[in-house]
This record gives sequence, structure tokens and C-alpha cells, in this order.
Amino acid sequence: MGELMVEKHVKYILAVEKRKDDFESVVMEHLRLNGAYWGLTTLDIMGKLAAVEQDEVISWVMQCQHESGGFGGNIGHDPHVPCTFLFDLCITSMNSAAMLAFTHFPILTSQNKKHGQTSIKSTHHKRWHSRHWQCVLLRNLGVAVVSLTFQPDIAALQNEDGSFSGDIWGEVDARFSYIAILSLALMHQLDKVDVGKAVKYILSCKNVDGGFGCTPGAESHAGQIFCCVAALAITGSLHHVCYSWWVLSSLIMIDRVHWIDKGKLVKFILDCQDKENGGISDRPDDAVDVFHTYFGVAGLSLLEYPGMKPIDPAYALPVDVVNRVILGR
Amino acid sequence: MHGRPRKAPTTEEQEASAIKASKLRSLQSQFLQLHHNKIYTKEALDVSAKLLESNPEYYTAWNYRKLAVQHNLNLPEADNNEESIKSILDEELRLVENALKRNFKSYGAWHHRKWVLSKGHSSTDKELLLLDKFQKADARNFHAWNYRRFVTALKNIPDEKELEYTTERIYDNFSNYSAWHNRSVLLSHLLKEKAKGYSPKDNVFTEEYEFVRNAFFTDPDDQSGWFYHLWLLDQTVKLETLLVSSWPPHGCNLSLPMDGSFGDCSFSPFTSRQSNTRTLPLILYFSEVVENICSSTVEVECENIVSNELVWRSLSGDETASAHAWLTYLNFPEEHANSLKVYQVKVSLARSQGIFSSTGVHHGNSSHIAFTVSISPHRSEHVDLKNEEKISWSDESFCTHEAQFLESVLANLFHIERTKVDEKVVDYQWNVTTVDNEIAHCRELLATTNCKIGKLTLARLLMAHDTLMSYTGTSHRNFSHHTEVLQLYDDLKKMDPAHFHYYQDEYSLVLLKQIISNQELLLKHCCKYKDPSSPKINNFCLRLNDLSLSRIGSMEKLLWVQVLDLSNNQLQSLEGLEVMQLLSCLNVSHNKLCSFTALEPLRLLRSLKVLDISYNEIGAHSIDTRRYLCSSPLNHKSGGDWKAEESEMPWAEVADNWEAYTIFKDLSLIQLDVIGNAVSDEKIKLLLIKLLPLLKWLDGEVADN
Repeated sequence: MGELMVEKHVKYILAVEKRKDDFESVVMEHLRLNGAYWGLTTLDIMGKLAAVEQDEVISWVMQCQHESGGFGGNIGHDPHVPCTFLFDLCITSMNSAAMLAFTHFPILTSQNKKHGQTSIKSTHHKRWHSRHWQCVLLRNLGVAVVSLTFQPDIAALQNEDGSFSGDIWGEVDARFSYIAILSLALMHQLDKVDVGKAVKYILSCKNVDGGFGCTPGAESHAGQIFCCVAALAITGSLHHVCYSWWVLSSLIMIDRVHWIDKGKLVKFILDCQDKENGGISDRPDDAVDVFHTYFGVAGLSLLEYPGMKPIDPAYALPVDVVNRVILGR
Repeated sequence: MHGRPRKAPTTEEQEASAIKASKLRSLQSQFLQLHHNKIYTKEALDVSAKLLESNPEYYTAWNYRKLAVQHNLNLPEADNNEESIKSILDEELRLVENALKRNFKSYGAWHHRKWVLSKGHSSTDKELLLLDKFQKADARNFHAWNYRRFVTALKNIPDEKELEYTTERIYDNFSNYSAWHNRSVLLSHLLKEKAKGYSPKDNVFTEEYEFVRNAFFTDPDDQSGWFYHLWLLDQTVKLETLLVSSWPPHGCNLSLPMDGSFGDCSFSPFTSRQSNTRTLPLILYFSEVVENICSSTVEVECENIVSNELVWRSLSGDETASAHAWLTYLNFPEEHANSLKVYQVKVSLARSQGIFSSTGVHHGNSSHIAFTVSISPHRSEHVDLKNEEKISWSDESFCTHEAQFLESVLANLFHIERTKVDEKVVDYQWNVTTVDNEIAHCRELLATTNCKIGKLTLARLLMAHDTLMSYTGTSHRNFSHHTEVLQLYDDLKKMDPAHFHYYQDEYSLVLLKQIISNQELLLKHCCKYKDPSSPKINNFCLRLNDLSLSRIGSMEKLLWVQVLDLSNNQLQSLEGLEVMQLLSCLNVSHNKLCSFTALEPLRLLRSLKVLDISYNEIGAHSIDTRRYLCSSPLNHKSGGDWKAEESEMPWAEVADNWEAYTIFKDLSLIQLDVIGNAVSDEKIKLLLIKLLPLLKWLDGEVADN
């Protein structure tokens, strides 16, 4: 097993941030804010946040703000609350005492039978939310200049049944519930929405296999499980997750989501590094990108890889950032 | 990038990429300009269409299309003109279809189609045809399945018809988990509605068992069918919510204070802080998590007790309104006369008066428990804490009881048989027959193939069988499947080491069940504390040490435990201990507890005096896996209380040590051992001394307050 090439990854992330003209950057333009979150959080976990020019980042982030108060994925784009938060995967075994430990961590695993190893499944949804990450960015940089003018409209996106829409066009998805709850919690404004109803809606997305889908009746999905469980964690409603041996254990048991071999996964992530140019990919020898670099490093943090700052499983931010924002420490 | 090999691009590729990039870039800027200037002409629409066809994830362009549709539908030429309305909406459907061809997992594209359809456009046939195309290309595309559910709801396609569709898809491919999932959703719905042909559920389930059997007999290693099977089994063993046990147990005769056989209980929870009453905790334990246990759903009949003044609280780690176990306190007046006073207590749960379980199964039967409480005239003398000796957990401190004595105590007080509290005997014949039938099929399959999920299913079926038998009240305690199930988990640990920890958890639960439900085995784990002069420790100790337990369970049968030794196991959390309201001494040293938050269940144990958590892994891990499973300032529900709470300590100190603070602030320990944990430095010891004013012994030394 190799080791994590921290310096190479720093170089890679900084290079991606500067790069604006190749095809990949243009295709991903609408989620550049997300890219910033991935890159900055990765740097922070590796203890390298000082490598970026913080004034520049903040000034760019503020330009993504829409006149309505919300943020778009890039300058000039429509505001959109949450977007795809599909951590189709990564990591983690852990606390066997809590059946729901697997859901307690952002990142889930699937076994790739063909390759005989744990692999990172693909995510094709890259529209990330904006407002949340904007807030996060600023917090990451230790600057509390979040304009609170847009709070009322996250609250306005809550529907009668407790669900949240992604924007004024009404797409409903439990992912949006997570991001809305997360954003408001980070801003100490959770009391602006009906938390009880929000929790009720999330629970209505729960399936007989113990997992969660994006709307009631929709099939369970690792990314959705993360969003729903994390939202329940933040609202203090985790006890609603049924972890009777009867239901959830089965989900853990099947080869899609289960207790995994920590050592094997660490090795797999390290094998996905581009040892020459930095960056981490979805599987060894695929092209690297900044979100898999983030998933990989965040995964190593959860796996307690030496030298990584711990990451909070529900907020998907470094623990010290969460403590600073939530506990005021 | 997914599926794209990592290699440096050639010069030609770089050039081609640059050309593509500049084309897309110019399309994007054209589009943004049109969008910001609200231009919705045909030419403008073409630009957005081109952009979306090459990049369906560009969500702002979908928003623009919706604005354009609204704008164009409001133009005078579209007004009430079917033709032009149709052509506007058709164009959107065409664009979505093209975009989906590029990326059929685009949330924006699927949502746009729903939005158009909600305007009452397009035919059912057309949509189902389109779906068929996508579902054939990728049978597991959850976007397509979600869209299918949307269309069938919008067009009122009956569930029965959709159920047939899942049958077809499953016959195409047994491992289509999406189809199995949809089947469970549809069937749940039909059963709930009691649709024609779907009631009673027994017949439906018998057919479903047969259907799914085809799948796993065809390919035992495919897990989709097994998953569905597990759901069926869950439905088969889901019964009415029952009261499974209580403290004091039904039929027992309890003395306050305890007679010699039950040990001297100066520190027992039975003595209240008020001097003129004696307090007895009353605990009810249900087969499911239940809500709404209160004075209007539970009636307590006893002289001197006013039932509707009793306050019930749930015994769940996070102190929410639902739990397996519920607690109230009964106060008996102190008798000054020279005679013994005996109280008859009757507790009744009325039928259908609002007790409901989180699984939606209502408490069905009216049940009651009855016991007697004797209050003796003599009250044991107050023990001076200052003169307390340390409790030692070494093996030498314990010895075995005489078997005869133990049996009599168990029979009366600990009452290990399940409390038979339900008056009505419910007919579970179908459930039992079905489970037996499945056990037979499973054994048949395993005779020819060594399939891990088959073994796991057999283990679960056998446990389900035992559970059902215990509910029917016909179980014979010496006939259970525990030994066979333990063997199955042992096999699985070897066969499938990747899931070792999961099997170990299950193994632990079955092992505990075996010990606790078998009187002979249980007696071997019951000990006596040797030093009779120590009034602090009860004579009756349960020692479950050195068993490799990674989880604890069967708590409903352990409500009576006052001294518990769980040392030298593999425990990572103490989940479940919150119901042991009589517990006064606990040893969990030499386990795998990773954080103070893992001790959360102890917060509810007001009678806990002696705690040994030495030699665990508290503080040794950077990731706290219990962080969100306890009351903390990090979650919204309890976060508010934290701020409001008055603490003598400065907020900074509380916030920096909230894990220790949250666990220890409500405990009144007199002896604590924390040595051998990464966290146990002088600083944390000082904090513990501050948080525990009654503490006398810390790590074997006199705690200097």
C-alpha cells in the first residue's frame, strides 16, 4: 500500500481551480461553486487550507449570489437550493453496536464483484447546491460574513407536507430536505422551518428494506440514505431510524451496503491516486477529478488515516469547522 | 471521471477538446445573455435546446425553458388554440427525450418532463412506451422507476396492473431489485386498502413466498429475491404489540426494604430521598417501540396511589416520546406501626385507548399484571458514604450461590418466564406454519448449495420461529434453536469474513438470549459478592464477562439486575442498558467503548453508584461514531436545551468537553474507574471530580473533592 500524496493533491486542486477553458471545466461550469467546496474541504482535511488565496475565493463566491438572495452554481446562473448530493459512495464500516452506523457515515460502499474489491460507484449528478456551500466556504475560511437576507426563501421552499423544493420550479426530493436543514442549522436558523414536518416527510421516504428513497415509494439509494440519515441526525431525530435486527440488518448484509473491511478500502482509495499529477479517481487508472479527490480524502478521514483532520459525518465538514459554527468554539 | 481512462491527452485530442470547449462556452454565454434579458423567441429557444442536448445537467437552462413555456402559452396566438399549445408542449417533450438520450440520469430533464405532464399534456401510452425504452436499456434506472410511479399515479393506472408489470420484469431477470422494491410498495398499498383479491393477507403472502422461492432456487447467490423474502418474513412475524415483561414481574411478592435473600439494599433504588415514603420503580417493556404510555392508557390500582397522578417517562437513550420500556415511580407511605403492611398492585393496559407502536401495529389485547409489595416497619439505617469500602470486581470477590436458593429467588423475584399477561390467546397458526414451511425449504436449498445468504435466512427463520412460539405461550424453554443458530453464525463468520462484525453482533444477541432464557445457564452466571459487610453491593450479581459479546440484548428479561459485570467483551456501545433502572454497579472495563458518548444509555440510570469503564478506547479515535446518537449541542432537538441549561461551569469548558459533560452531569457515582483510556489524563479527572460531587473513589484512589 502506498501513502497519501498530499503535496501532489494540493497541486492538482490548485491547478483545477485556475483551469477554466478546457472542455471538462466548461461542462462543469454550472457547478463551479460545488467544485470550490470539494477542493477547499479536501485541502482543509489535509491541513493545507493556507494554500488558497482566501480573498479571491470569497469575492468570487459573493458574485454567485443572485439578486433574489440565493446562490447559483456559478456567476450568472439561477439560484438553486440544493442539488445533487449523491455520495454514491465511499466508505465505512464501524460501530457494529449501532446498526445504523453505516448510515451514520456519509459514505457508503458497494462491492464490485467483477473487480473483487470495494469500488466507488459513479455519480452522475453534479448539480450541487449553492447556498449551503457558499455558507460553508465562508465558514471554512473563518469569515462570518454570510448575508442572511436569503433565509426566508429557503423557508419558503418548504411545502405543506414538510418536503422541500429545490427552487421555485417545484422539484421535490429528500436531498433538498437535507441541504435545507444543513444550511439552516449552520446559520442557526433551523427554527425558521417546521422541523417536525420536515422529519415526517423524510421518514415517509423510508422503505421496507430500511433504506431511503428520494420521494415516498422510491427505491432505496446509498446517497439518499446518507441525506436522510444526516438530516435526522442534525434534527435530533435519529431514533426514528428503525434499526431492529429485522429490517435494517438486511440492508447491511447484502453486498450493496454493509460492514466493510477498513484496511481494504484505505488501500483502494490510495490505489486510485494519480501518483504523478495528483488527484484521486473513482477507480484505479481512471481520470481523476476534484469531487473524487474530495470523496477519497474525506473517506480516508472517516477511516482514521493518519494526518487527516476528522470530518463530521452529518455536516460533511471538518469537525473543527462544525464545532466552531455550532458550538461557537 | 467515471469510466474514462487516466492518460495524458494527445495534441490532437487537446485541440479537439479546445474546439468543443469554445463552442460550448459560446453557447453558454449566448444562453445566459438571452436568459438574463428574458428573450423567448424561436431562435433563442433553439440556443437553449442545443445547450441542453449537449449538457442536460445545465439546470439554469431548464428553468429558462419553463419561463419560456409560460411566456409563450400566454401569447395571444396560443390563447385557447389547442394546436399551438400542443406544439409548444410537444417541443418540450422532444427536447427532454433528446436530453435523456445524452444522459438518462439527468434529474433536471426528468423533472422538466413531469412539469410538462402536470400541465395535462401527453398520453399514457406515449409515456409508458418511452419508459419501456429506458427501462429496457437499464432495468435498474431509478429515475425511470420514479417517473413510472409518477405517471401511473397521474393517469390512475391501477396498482394491480403495475404489480403484473413487476411480475414480468422479475421473470425477465430475477435480480431486478427495482422491480422487487416496487412490488413491495404496491403490495403494501393493496393490502392496506384491502383491495379485492388481496385480503386476507395470509393467502397473498403464501403465493408471494412461492413466487420468490422460484428466484432463489434459480440463483441462490443473487440477493434481490432474498431481500424480498426478508420483507415477507417481517410481515409474517409482525404481530400485535405485546407487553412482554415488567418490573416488578407479574405474580411476584416484593418486600421493601428487601429481605436477606435479596441482599441489603441501602443503595437500592427502592429507598427514596424523601424520608416518609418508599419508592418503587414500575417498568413496562413492550415488544415494539410504543408511544403514548400515560395515566390515561395505563391504570394502576393500589391503595394510596392515585393512578392518574402518575407520570410516565420513556426509557429511550434520546429521551423521546417513544420507547420499548416505560417507567413510573410508585410511592408507598412509610409505616410507623409495628406491623407489616402489604399492598396489592394491579396494572392494567386498556384495549385501544391510544397506545400505538412506531410500526403502526396497535396494542391489541388488554393486559394486566399484578404483584404485591410489603412494607416492613423497619427501615435500614442510613449508611454513611464516608465509610464506604471500594467495590472490587476481581473474580475472587465473587462466589456462587447455592442452586436451591437461586432457583427460589429466580422463581419469585426475577421471574424469568415470560409474563403471560394477555388474556386472549391469539391464533398464530398461519404464521407458525408459514415459518416452519420456509425453514423446510431453506434447509432443502442448503442441502445442495453452501449459500451464505441462505444460511443467514435460515438463522433468522429459526429465531422467528422461537419468537412466535414464545408469543403463543406454548414454547418449551428447553426446546429452542439457539444452538443451531449460533452454529450458523459461526459458519458465516468463517465463510464470509468481510461481514464478520455483523455476524458477531447477531451471534452475541443469540448467545445472550440463550443464556437468559435457560434457567440452568443463567444460574451459572449469577454470583454472590463475597464481602457481606459491604452494604453497597447487592448479593445477587449477574456476570456476563468474557463472552466476546459485541452487542447486548434481551433486556426485557434483565429488568431485575442490580449488579452487572460485562467486562472483557467487545462492546462498542451500551445501548439497551437504559432500561435497567435498578442497576447500581456496572463493570464494562476491557471493552471497545470509543467515546464518552457511547455511555449515553447510563444517563437514565439514576441509581448507578459504581461504574468501571477502565481499559476501553475512549478518546483513541478521531471519528466518534456515537456523536449523533446522543443528546448533544450538535443536534437541533437538544441543542436548544444546551444553550438554556444553567451550568456552574463556564460555557467554554462545557462546549470543549460536552461528551463527558452530557454523560456525567446527571449521574451520582461514588466510585468510578477510567484508567486505561486514551482520554484519562489529569485534566479529565479534574473535570469528572467537578461533575460528580459524591465521588469517593476515582481509579482506586480517594477522590479529593
